[in-house]
Amino acid sequence: MRPDQEIIARWIEPGSRVLDLGCGDGALLAWLRGQKGVEAIGLEIDAANIERCLGAGVAVIEQNLNEGLSNFDSGSFDTVLLAQTLQALDNPAELVEEMLRIGRNGIVTFPNFGNWKSRLDLLLRGRMPVSEFMPHAWHNTPNIHFCTVRDFDALCRDRNIRVLARTVVNSRHEGSWAMRAWPNFLGEIAIYHLTRQ
Amino acid sequence: MSRFDDPASVGLVSPQRYAFDEPLILRSGKSLPAYELMVETYGELNADRSNAVLICHALSGDHHAAGYHSEDDRKPGWWDNCIGPDKAIDTTLYFVVSLNNLGGCGGSTGPVSINPATGKHYGPDFPIITVRDWVNSQVRLMDRLGIGKWAAVIGGSLGGMQVLRWAISYPERLHHAIAIAAAPKLSAQNIAFNEVARQSITSDPDFREGRYLEHGVYPKHGLMLARMVGHITYLSDPAMRAKFGKALAGLRDQQGNFGRDLRSGSLSFGFNVDFEVESYLRYQGEQFSGKFDANTYLLMTKALDYFDPSVDYEGDLSRAFANSDCRFLLISFSTDWRFPPDRSREIVNQLLRAGKRVSYLEIEADQGHDAFLLPIPRYVDALSTYLGNAHREIRGDAP
Repeated sequence: MRPDQEIIARWIEPGSRVLDLGCGDGALLAWLRGQKGVEAIGLEIDAANIERCLGAGVAVIEQNLNEGLSNFDSGSFDTVLLAQTLQALDNPAELVEEMLRIGRNGIVTFPNFGNWKSRLDLLLRGRMPVSEFMPHAWHNTPNIHFCTVRDFDALCRDRNIRVLARTVVNSRHEGSWAMRAWPNFLGEIAIYHLTRQ
Repeated sequence: MSRFDDPASVGLVSPQRYAFDEPLILRSGKSLPAYELMVETYGELNADRSNAVLICHALSGDHHAAGYHSEDDRKPGWWDNCIGPDKAIDTTLYFVVSLNNLGGCGGSTGPVSINPATGKHYGPDFPIITVRDWVNSQVRLMDRLGIGKWAAVIGGSLGGMQVLRWAISYPERLHHAIAIAAAPKLSAQNIAFNEVARQSITSDPDFREGRYLEHGVYPKHGLMLARMVGHITYLSDPAMRAKFGKALAGLRDQQGNFGRDLRSGSLSFGFNVDFEVESYLRYQGEQFSGKFDANTYLLMTKALDYFDPSVDYEGDLSRAFANSDCRFLLISFSTDWRFPPDRSREIVNQLLRAGKRVSYLEIEADQGHDAFLLPIPRYVDALSTYLGNAHREIRGDAP
C-alpha cells in the first residue's frame, strides 16, 4: 500500500461507491473492495495499468481526465478519489469541482511543493526540485501544476470547498507532531478530504 | 507438424444440429412453429456447468468460430485467433458455445430452409428476425445444453448487440457481457450503407423477388455489390493505404501512394480494373457471393437497422440496463468508422448512469471495424486477462 493510500482508506465508508480518477494498476480499488466491500470504478489512460486492473477484476474505463467528466452524473458516487494526479492535470481546479459534483465527498492527494526540501533546492541550488516523490526533471515531467498545502487551502477557500480533514505525511508515510504543526514546511504528501460547503 | 496437431488449435470440429419444436414468437408478431440451430462447441463443460461461454456472431458469421471441419479446409473458423487452447477465449478453461443464428445460411433454419407449410424454400417468406429473437432462441439452446448461467456472452459488431440484449433481457443468466466494436443502435449513415447493400441485391434481375432458388437462379452480382460496399465500411482509410500502397512505399519514405497501387503497372484508359483496391473488392465480393445467401444478407442488415434496446424505455438506454446484473467489458478500435469508439462510449456512459460495473478499452488499431476479428496484441491480451480473472472467480480463487 502506498503511503497516502492507508489514510485514504480510513475515510472511505464500507459498501460505498467509489470512483478513482487515475486508478493506476487498480491495487487500491482491489484492496478497498476486499477490505470495505466498496463498489469501485477506476479511470485510467495507461494501457499497461488498464490491463493490470482487468487482471485484478477492477472495473476500469479508459478515459482521459483532461477531457472532462461530463459523462458522470451528479451525485452518482459516494467518494471520488484523485491520488497523486492533481499536479499532472490541465485544469486541476475544474477537476476538483467536478469531483465534488459527482461524489458526495472527494479525496485529493498531491506532492507538497512547499516542503522544505523543495524550497531548499530552489533556494540553495537554484534548480527545480527533483526527489523521490517528484522524480522528473522540469522538461520531461508530466507534473505541470505543482502546488503547496497553502495554495490548495486557498483554492478550497476561493471555491467554497469544505475541508473535512487534512493531513500530511512524508514519503515513508510517517506523520508527526511537527508535521501537524508546520504541514506546508514539513509535509511531503498532502491528503485532503473534501466536500461541498 | 500438421496444423491439426497445433496445440493452440481446437483442431477438427463437427457441428451439431439442435431441433426445437416449441413455436418462437417473434418481435414482428409472426412466429416460427419449429426451427433448428447449428451449433459448435469447444472445450469441456465442467462439473457444476459454470464455465460456459456463448459466442454471438456478426453479420456474415456462423457457428464455425474455431478449428477446421476437414483436413482440406483452407481456413479455420472465423474467430480462430481468439478461441482455442491457451488463446484469449481459452478452451482449456471454458466450454465455448457458438451457433448459427436463425435466418442464417450456415445450417440453422433460415431462408434457404424448406418451409414446412409450402414444401418450398422459405426465401422471402422467412420472417424478419431481430436481435431480441436471436437471444430468445439462444436461451432455449442454453436450456437444452443444461447451462443455467453463462460465465460470459461475447460478441463483436452485431454480435456485441446480442450481448447487450442478453444483459437487458436475461440479467440473471450471465456473469459477464463482453461487447466489442458494437453500437447502441445504428446511425442514419449505417442504415444508409445497409440500404445500398439491400438495393444492390433486390435490383439484381436474378433476385426474382427473393424466390431465386425456386427459379434455379442466383442474384450473385447483387450480393457481390452488397459485400463490396459493406467491405469498404469494415476497412479504414489507413488500412487501405497500407494494403494497396506498397509499390511506392519504399521510394517515398513511408508516405506510400495513398493506396493507389496499379494492378498491371499502367492505366488502361478504360473501365476495367486499374487499381489493386478494385481487384481486391471484386475478389472479396466474388468469394462472398459464392457462399452466402442473399435473403440472409437482407435479414441480417434489417436486424442491424432495427436494433435499439432503448425503444422500450422512451429512448433512455440506461433504464434498459436497470436490471442488468452482469459485469460489462466494452472494447472499441480507434479507426473503426462503422461503429467508432464514440458509439461504444455511449453504451459505457449509459451503463455508468445505470450504476453498472463496466470496463472500457479503446484500442489503437489501423484496421478499422475489421480489427475485432484480428489478432491485435493489446486487444487479445485484454480479452485474455479479463477472462482469466473471470475464470479465477468461477473457481473461487480470485484475488
